[in-house]
Amino acid sequence: MPYVVKRTGFYALVVFIVLFSVFPFYYAILTSLKSGTALFRVNYLPVDFSLANYTSVLTNGVFPTNILNSVIVAVVVVAISLFLAVTAAYALSRINFAGRGLLLLTILAVSMFPQIAVLAGLFEMVRAAGVYNTLFSLIFAYMIFTLPFTVWVLTTFMRDLPVEIEEAAIVDGASPFTIVMRVFLPLMWPALVTTGLLAFIAAWNEFLFALTFVSNNSTRTVPVAIALLSGASEQEIPWGTIMAASVIVTVPLIVLVLIFQRKIISGLTAGGVKG
Amino acid sequence: MANVQAGVPPTEKALEAERAGARPRSDLSRQRLRSAWLFLAPMILVLTLVAGWPLVKTIWFSLTDASLSDLEGAKFVGLRNYYEYVDYGDGEGEYFGLLFDPQWWNAVWNTVYYSVISVTIETILGLAFALVLNAEFKGRSVVRAAVLIPWAIPTIVSAKMWAWMMNDQFGILNDMLMSIGILSSPVAWTADPDTAMWAVIIVDVWKTTPFMALLILAGLQMVPGDVYEAAKIDGIHPVKVFWKVTLPLIRPAILVAVIFRALDALRVFDLIYVLTPNNTQTKSMSVFAQENLFQFDKFAYGSAASTLLFLVIAFITLFYIKVARLDLGGRGK
Amino acid sequence: MNFRNMAAAVAASALFCAGGASAEELALVSGSVGKDISELRMQLDEFEKESGHTVKIVEMPASTTDQFGQYRLWLSAGNEDVDVYRTDVIWAPQLAGSFVDLKDAMKDETPRHNPSIIESQTVDGKLVAFPMYTDAPALYYRTDLLEKYGKEPPKTWSELAETAKEIVDKEHEAGNGQLTGFVFQGAPYEGLTCDGLEWVASSDGGRIVSAEGDITINNEKAAAALEMVKGWIGTIAPDGVLSYKEEESRGVWQTGNAVFMRNWPYAYALSNGADSAVKGKFDVVPLPAGEGGKSAACLGGWNLAISKYSKHQDAAIELVKFLSSEKAQKQRALNQSRLPTITALYDDPEIAKAQPIVASWGEVVENAVPRPSAPTKRQYNEVSKEFWTAVNETLAGRGSAADNLDKLEKRLRRLKRREWE
Repeated sequence: MPYVVKRTGFYALVVFIVLFSVFPFYYAILTSLKSGTALFRVNYLPVDFSLANYTSVLTNGVFPTNILNSVIVAVVVVAISLFLAVTAAYALSRINFAGRGLLLLTILAVSMFPQIAVLAGLFEMVRAAGVYNTLFSLIFAYMIFTLPFTVWVLTTFMRDLPVEIEEAAIVDGASPFTIVMRVFLPLMWPALVTTGLLAFIAAWNEFLFALTFVSNNSTRTVPVAIALLSGASEQEIPWGTIMAASVIVTVPLIVLVLIFQRKIISGLTAGGVKG
Repeated sequence: MANVQAGVPPTEKALEAERAGARPRSDLSRQRLRSAWLFLAPMILVLTLVAGWPLVKTIWFSLTDASLSDLEGAKFVGLRNYYEYVDYGDGEGEYFGLLFDPQWWNAVWNTVYYSVISVTIETILGLAFALVLNAEFKGRSVVRAAVLIPWAIPTIVSAKMWAWMMNDQFGILNDMLMSIGILSSPVAWTADPDTAMWAVIIVDVWKTTPFMALLILAGLQMVPGDVYEAAKIDGIHPVKVFWKVTLPLIRPAILVAVIFRALDALRVFDLIYVLTPNNTQTKSMSVFAQENLFQFDKFAYGSAASTLLFLVIAFITLFYIKVARLDLGGRGK
Repeated sequence: MNFRNMAAAVAASALFCAGGASAEELALVSGSVGKDISELRMQLDEFEKESGHTVKIVEMPASTTDQFGQYRLWLSAGNEDVDVYRTDVIWAPQLAGSFVDLKDAMKDETPRHNPSIIESQTVDGKLVAFPMYTDAPALYYRTDLLEKYGKEPPKTWSELAETAKEIVDKEHEAGNGQLTGFVFQGAPYEGLTCDGLEWVASSDGGRIVSAEGDITINNEKAAAALEMVKGWIGTIAPDGVLSYKEEESRGVWQTGNAVFMRNWPYAYALSNGADSAVKGKFDVVPLPAGEGGKSAACLGGWNLAISKYSKHQDAAIELVKFLSSEKAQKQRALNQSRLPTITALYDDPEIAKAQPIVASWGEVVENAVPRPSAPTKRQYNEVSKEFWTAVNETLAGRGSAADNLDKLEKRLRRLKRREWE
């Protein structure tokens, strides 16, 4: 096969991959910029430019509150899980103790839990604890997937750090807590940023618990708000508004992902695939 | 959630270290041991509260007659939610319970079908994407960034985006397929029972292929470059190199990715709930359980379905741990 | 009781007390189609002015099935954040335990309302919810198109199919390719139970489960009715109708793309709206009859119920009285063509002039067919799900109507076991 053909074929494949990945989101943006009956004409290129859907979603109703709720829940969840995970990961990666392997296996097993398996039990707990319809219920419930994951990745990361770095501190008689804070934490920023970001995305996107544990317009998080977004308008289903809301909640994620691209890839494959 | 996690347990090394035998303990190591448990306690407590106890409660509810309006009054009824014979009193009778419920088995079948098909497609496409991304070309980092976009989009948002694209009247998908002549009349993708499952699979493939590609790519990058150099000098055909050299080397990476995705696919809920609500052809095990828990007055029955789903996943997880150990632990480190 | 005077007194005292000790914050949860929410907001503003309380609306999606799932969950969680629920006519038996008894509080108002609707909201002597408006569907048809081809509004389903086919064929030839014959609600959800019940009942095929609780759905007439509807899909109705709920059908109709539509009266006011393509070009008649039957309209309608977990039950009762009052029902009839439950309003000349459909619908409401929510008790939701699934699958060409109804009967029998509970 001549070089040119091969090269063209290859680039065609590249273009296909990019289109495949980007087109639906591009089309969502396109739709969100349409208004009125323009919505019901199919266009491939931008022809309309109306911000009406954005102003409507941001000024009518409680969507801005929903965004704030999602931010609060995700940030608090990330902060708590990272705090608990750093110390736990230190113990799991640097200290030899009986039952360590079993504990790690248990953590792995918890990260595989189907959410539905704990839904009934969690619902009863949330109700009994009186936190139903508050953001606390979500912050608590989200630990089930963020905590095992953060512990896991940080354990992998810490395990790979050389022994020498803490030897000096141990000789100096520093307590394990001091060692974690003074010696490891400064080295761990990259790993913390990555795991934090991944945990943030997971909490931001969660749907089932959010659907079950909160009920008010003003306590809902973004995914539920979008799923329940209804037509208070006289048209039929408000696709324009739904797309505007979707773009609003997705753009920050995409920006974050693009900025931390390399870190995310290394986080996703942390330790793992290398074996 | 498993979307954002992957990897092989660090367990291996931990276990090895344990097998190597603990050295004599000094005061120092005793102090370290104490703080280890101190460090672990909060995490263990949280996980027990958020995972352990609720799981126990779910299993307990599955053995009772609990109803949503009266959880406290739940009474133990044994395995009746799983298996029961009801005598109609006129000489006829029937078996009831989850194990005899055709709708449960329909949900099981849907879930398995969905998981197998979507994971297979995602693996093949992901491998292709990874091979492309592994090649050197101009703008590679841009492409790599573009590939991350579907993965970053919340499932609910992608379900809505695709629901709009698949709209029977105004959707761009029908418009595209009709203008290139594949379709002659519009298809109601999410409503037609013949296409509803495929609509779900398409969205899932779109959203998850990038994740697969990145995991496989990481594996590809571990393959030393001189392997290819050597093959090139020997004049071996690239396709043969792929099958004989590359694939065996990245097999563990693919295996891990596949099992993670499969576990994720088996518990699918959001996508189906939003894209094809109340559709029998796409009802998954999680949707079945949620529906019984909260929409019908059958909290106990829904708990039983949740418990069975848990058992299925637990079984596969154990299998995974075994496979990962055999396959990855066996290679020299 | 003179409610308006009392309200005025309350308003006056609220004014003098500057916010008043009695001012409470209520929350009302409601699904919505069309202008429901904006209309409700307008009435609530009025209520706020009169009573000094404030009311916020918790908005829910249009699908009554989705609403029900959420409400059941909240009520079982003892949610105190919602005081008043807008409830579907079929929910009373299933949610009776979570709402307060309105019998005494509403005893002065009750006699003015349609007794069978009050009856439908009474469970074991407890008045679970109080009617806001009732609903009985209509067949919408395009007067301009029927006139153009010299057709009369259809009296039977087969007439409808013939007329639709002829008009669509000729219009397609004339270049109006977007036009479809008939749109209804074919998505798998509660609305399809209504549509399905109408097809079956109007063909003398019974009401799924009889008032005594016997499962009657598996009969030849019901099967024939469903086979007839299946024949419409892809011919006079678009394939996509299998995913349409009320608003999707109205979308097609109101852009001028359908000859006939089955929908509730709310679409009447909206179709006459300024931006409507069918404004002044349509009219309504009762739904057609099937072979050997007579027209059957599914009884719908929405009610107001007060959560027993509400901390503001007295204020909530005031709100229920306000929203079900003659004034509010009349407003709703005038602006939204919603059917009143106060029988006297059907003779109101103002309504008759503004929304002729309301005035002429009194008889349709009287004869409307209830869904089997009373005999199937707490299991109604599952019964309904089984029914709409069987209908949806039949229409989609998954198995014949006879086979699917046979399966349906077996499934309902499994649900019933010995007795409905």
